Amino acid sequence: MQLWLDILSWILLSGGGLFVLIGGIGIIRLPDLYTRMHAASLTDTMGTVMILVGIMVQAGLSLASFKLAAITVFLLLTGPTATYALANAAMLAGRHPKDVEMPPDLPEDLRL
Amino acid sequence: MTVLFGMFLLTLLVISAIGIVRARNLFVAVMLTGIFSLLMAANFFILDAADVALTEAAVGAGVSTVLLLGALALIPPNENRSKRVRWLVVSVVTLTAITLGYATFENPRLGDPEAPVHQHVAPWYLEQTPVLIDIPNVVTAVLGSYRGYDTLGEVLVVLTAGIGVLFLLGLPGAYGGRKTEDVARGRTYLSHHLVPQVVGQLLIPFIILFALYVQFHGEYGPGGGFQAGAIFAAALILFALIQGEREALTLIPPRVLVVLMATGALLYGSVGVLTMLLGANFLEYGVLSSDPVKGQQWGIILIELGVGISVASVLLAIYHAFAARGR
Repeated sequence: MQLWLDILSWILLSGGGLFVLIGGIGIIRLPDLYTRMHAASLTDTMGTVMILVGIMVQAGLSLASFKLAAITVFLLLTGPTATYALANAAMLAGRHPKDVEMPPDLPEDLRL
Repeated sequence: MTVLFGMFLLTLLVISAIGIVRARNLFVAVMLTGIFSLLMAANFFILDAADVALTEAAVGAGVSTVLLLGALALIPPNENRSKRVRWLVVSVVTLTAITLGYATFENPRLGDPEAPVHQHVAPWYLEQTPVLIDIPNVVTAVLGSYRGYDTLGEVLVVLTAGIGVLFLLGLPGAYGGRKTEDVARGRTYLSHHLVPQVVGQLLIPFIILFALYVQFHGEYGPGGGFQAGAIFAAALILFALIQGEREALTLIPPRVLVVLMATGALLYGSVGVLTMLLGANFLEYGVLSSDPVKGQQWGIILIELGVGISVASVLLAIYHAFAARGR
């Protein structure tokens, strides 16, 4: 049992680490703000959640696990919100996505 | 392993410090300052100073970043820089750095039990806290009771900082001649952002709950008045960002805020005066109850409450002083 739990948490932790690494490479390599933000959001949703769940598996049913679960819920609320706020602010500040046509039904006040 | 983490974090700290110095855009510099504080908090945590880490994360990375952003709204976004190199400044900084670097060779190793800092009063604190005060968190005992004078001084410094900012910038509805009604209604930084508004509103009650937990759980876990005050102020600043400056000023009127700033420090001081009236020294809480241990605990709870009220209201007043001025 303990062996399987260890294997599971090992998979989750290294998977999370991999996502953080991919996110980090993406921030450097991708061409414009929006695609980079996509990479950054990978870091603070998928990467962090997998790492936290991996630690939870290690901690078992305890107070520490509950705290980690609370942090996970908090991060799942704030991370995407922050990414959305950043994208929205960039859009309103008049920054175009690279090589993308604006959709024709976009409201007039959002048209760039 | 800890050393490896420490080296990693300290390297990042140096990199972000260089970034702050080199950044011409002040917005970038403010963001890097926030990152610097967060790295510092992680460093404190590695050194097992959870209370300090919590303060650094709440004040350094959280509230002061927002305060700096509020100040940025009042000034041009880029730094004016003179072309010529000031050799006197460079040489003084270099000399200081070399001296400090040289001084670290004399430092004891990290965590060395024979280090002077662990031989002076620390063993006494660790041995006597369960007997004299009977609370698990020795940091709170040191901060609230053994070093009560210092903490009172810190609260007065915070209060003075708040008074200074209010004198310089004014607070609509309390100081500076402007009325609360002058502040635009419902206009916020986030007025175009529906999702942050909804999520923020969802989170505010939990942030306030956490602030109260940190305030009243400070005797048992990391935390206390300073941290709780900063977290409470952060919740109300979030409210101001979401609902608008004027609504926030209506929720806690500036006059009340100014009174609260003084109330916290006064509560702290009057606990000291009360112990004097009961025949003991200033801030000697033992006399507050028939059982000296209970008296100590009561004293710490009261002064932590004073610290929390003062810190929260000062931070909030400083935020309002910046934010209500920009519009």
